[in-house]
Amino acid sequence: MDRLLYLTLCQIMLARVTDLAFTVAEEDFRCEIREWLAAHVPREPLPSMDTAEGFRAHQEWERELYDAGWAVVGWPARYGGRDASLFEWLIFEEEYWRSGAPGRVGQNGIFLFAPTLFEYGTEEQKNRILPPMARGEQIWVQGWSEPGAGSDLAALRSRAVRDERRGGWVLSGQKTWSSRGAFGHRLFGLFRTDPAAGRHRGLTYLMADLAADGVSVRPIRQLDGEPGFAEVFLDDVFVPDADVLGEPGQGWNVAMSTTGSERGLSLRSPGRFLAAADRLVALYGQVRAGTTPGRRTPDTYRDAVADAWMRAEAYRLYVFQTVTRLQEGGVVVGAESSLNKVFWSELDADLHTTAQRLLGPHAETGGPWLDGYLFALAGPIYAGTNEIQRNVIAERLLGMEREPKGGRR
Amino acid sequence: MRLGHDRDQQLFAASVRALLGRECMPEHARAGFSPKRWEALAGIGVPGLLVPGQYGGLGLGAGELAAVAEEAGRACAPEPVIEAAVAAALLTHAADGKDTGRAADWLRALADGGATAAVALCPAAPVAHAVHADFVLVARDDALYGMPAAAARIVPVGGVDPGRALGRIDTVVRAPGAALLLATGQGAALAEAARLGAIAAAADLLGSARAMLDLTVQYAGRREQFGRSIGTYQAVKHKLADVLTAIEFARPTVLRAAHSYDHALPSAARDAAMAKVFASDAADLAARACLQVHGAIGYTEECDLSLWLRRVWALSSAWGDAAHHRAAVADDLLGPDPAPACPPR
Repeated sequence: MDRLLYLTLCQIMLARVTDLAFTVAEEDFRCEIREWLAAHVPREPLPSMDTAEGFRAHQEWERELYDAGWAVVGWPARYGGRDASLFEWLIFEEEYWRSGAPGRVGQNGIFLFAPTLFEYGTEEQKNRILPPMARGEQIWVQGWSEPGAGSDLAALRSRAVRDERRGGWVLSGQKTWSSRGAFGHRLFGLFRTDPAAGRHRGLTYLMADLAADGVSVRPIRQLDGEPGFAEVFLDDVFVPDADVLGEPGQGWNVAMSTTGSERGLSLRSPGRFLAAADRLVALYGQVRAGTTPGRRTPDTYRDAVADAWMRAEAYRLYVFQTVTRLQEGGVVVGAESSLNKVFWSELDADLHTTAQRLLGPHAETGGPWLDGYLFALAGPIYAGTNEIQRNVIAERLLGMEREPKGGRR
Repeated sequence: MRLGHDRDQQLFAASVRALLGRECMPEHARAGFSPKRWEALAGIGVPGLLVPGQYGGLGLGAGELAAVAEEAGRACAPEPVIEAAVAAALLTHAADGKDTGRAADWLRALADGGATAAVALCPAAPVAHAVHADFVLVARDDALYGMPAAAARIVPVGGVDPGRALGRIDTVVRAPGAALLLATGQGAALAEAARLGAIAAAADLLGSARAMLDLTVQYAGRREQFGRSIGTYQAVKHKLADVLTAIEFARPTVLRAAHSYDHALPSAARDAAMAKVFASDAADLAARACLQVHGAIGYTEECDLSLWLRRVWALSSAWGDAAHHRAAVADDLLGPDPAPACPPR
């Protein structure tokens, strides 16, 4: 096809984005990823990534992405990326979710751990860890929460004790709610290395092999019936010094850079919600036309459908504004990421609730909308509950006084 | 790709902010429209923002207007900033590039601050800032009429926000001879002007909401109950965090709507509607939450919060309320609303 004609067609199909113009190079990039996805996204959805079979299938999909250069577009080329700009990454995400491509089994590594590695990792660590992560060979699992440390993460008690003889640390304790823990390979997390230091001091950011001696993993079935997360028991697990990220004792600061990414841009880009909102609009049309079984009165939810779509758009615009500021002033996202997290998680829960309402009596029979609904309900809980986010917004963005801490320590 | 006020817009907004910070303290805002303050605003170009250069205005667009209107809301300025901009847009269409005629004269008068405008786009509704307007523009079908205030019969109407100086204009109905037909075939221009009004009102609501939020954060930090400031309680914090979230996610929709307006993009109507939905909802939420956090003192006229509460109660509905604009977006997105299953008897 004539290239100019093709670009024009792409523009027409993208009526929603042409109001804030991307460059020709960015639109080229969009066309490229769109074409590739159209040719490669599996026609049948993969089995759930939280089954043994589905986990493997998702790893193979990660490998396919990697081989085509799409696994980690924002990373430097030498680690398997293509040095994409933030805007290109947002475009990639829009196209990725729009195409109905599989969920990213490696996302906790790629989007949460890797940004921290780029900031604090040594060259040796980056060279060793990033390429197999990008290829989908090593799936990383987050080891933060503990039975007694959820919202109050700094209350964590899992310990790492110095082992001078072997040159490393010995881990003991229990981590929980570790997504992909059932089938994942390695864990990154926080451990207390100096119990005498203050709550936020004396923590160290460490990595551990889930196949190592002393590790036992107990998968936990989630509301959808699949073991999406796990408890990880650590019983004198040795970790070499090479697997300390940042300085010992600096774990809290190192980890906070990951929470910024998790709540901010990288965990939930707007593309995911734009795609879901477009599907919701389509679902409304199908239910109304009778081509999808649903409630007899879908028009009751017209406003809710419009609201979900508008909120996805607003999130997209907000992120464009943030990226504009990052590029112009280098402002750190910081506490503002709490605004993002509250907004996208509530938008997602409301969007999927509306879909369930549109399906009416057919909603309970299951399918992608029910899966999406159950997943969306976790949003206000993981990555720091929305209650904690609201505290951050009030204290750090509005400057309100902290609540006196009662009855602790 | 870039989303944010540009440098000139920021500078312009900063100068408006500085001026209103001096001239429009809450006690000044309480006193209502001030010709002196309007003159000062004219000195930096506010009323002529959208008046083309050939008539002595700045010839700028909705992007600048949004930046300025947000400042007007922040200061609770009772001046007809939105009306001046909408009048400029309407008169620019009506003048059609000509240097003579009533439309051209009024454009020049707007730009130099010599006249204030009121705009009646809906026939029956009371008109904001009509009481102190020097001329009024009235839309009927697709025609635009104008008349000097002296020739119009403007009846003051009470309202929740005294700063709006509402009036009813029924000259066109009762004494058509007094109204001057400025132009016909203005259907598109009228729709565009309504969008501009919605965008400017949305921006004003953002500034108003933020001002209420700032007042309330200060109050919650000062007010002590049970031995500590009420701002330390999560029940209070979380309410105000939700207000900030609503404001911050509304702002980029307003910026985008202004951008779409200025470039006459195909999505301009939907984008303006979306901006007003988010801004009205954010400001309504702010008004409810800030009143609640203030408690009984917030329920008094003497508390400065009342100035913004009243402004928001009026402005969140003016230029189309959230429900109106939400329905417009729904129609655009989902097709027209079908007829009700059971027609009303």
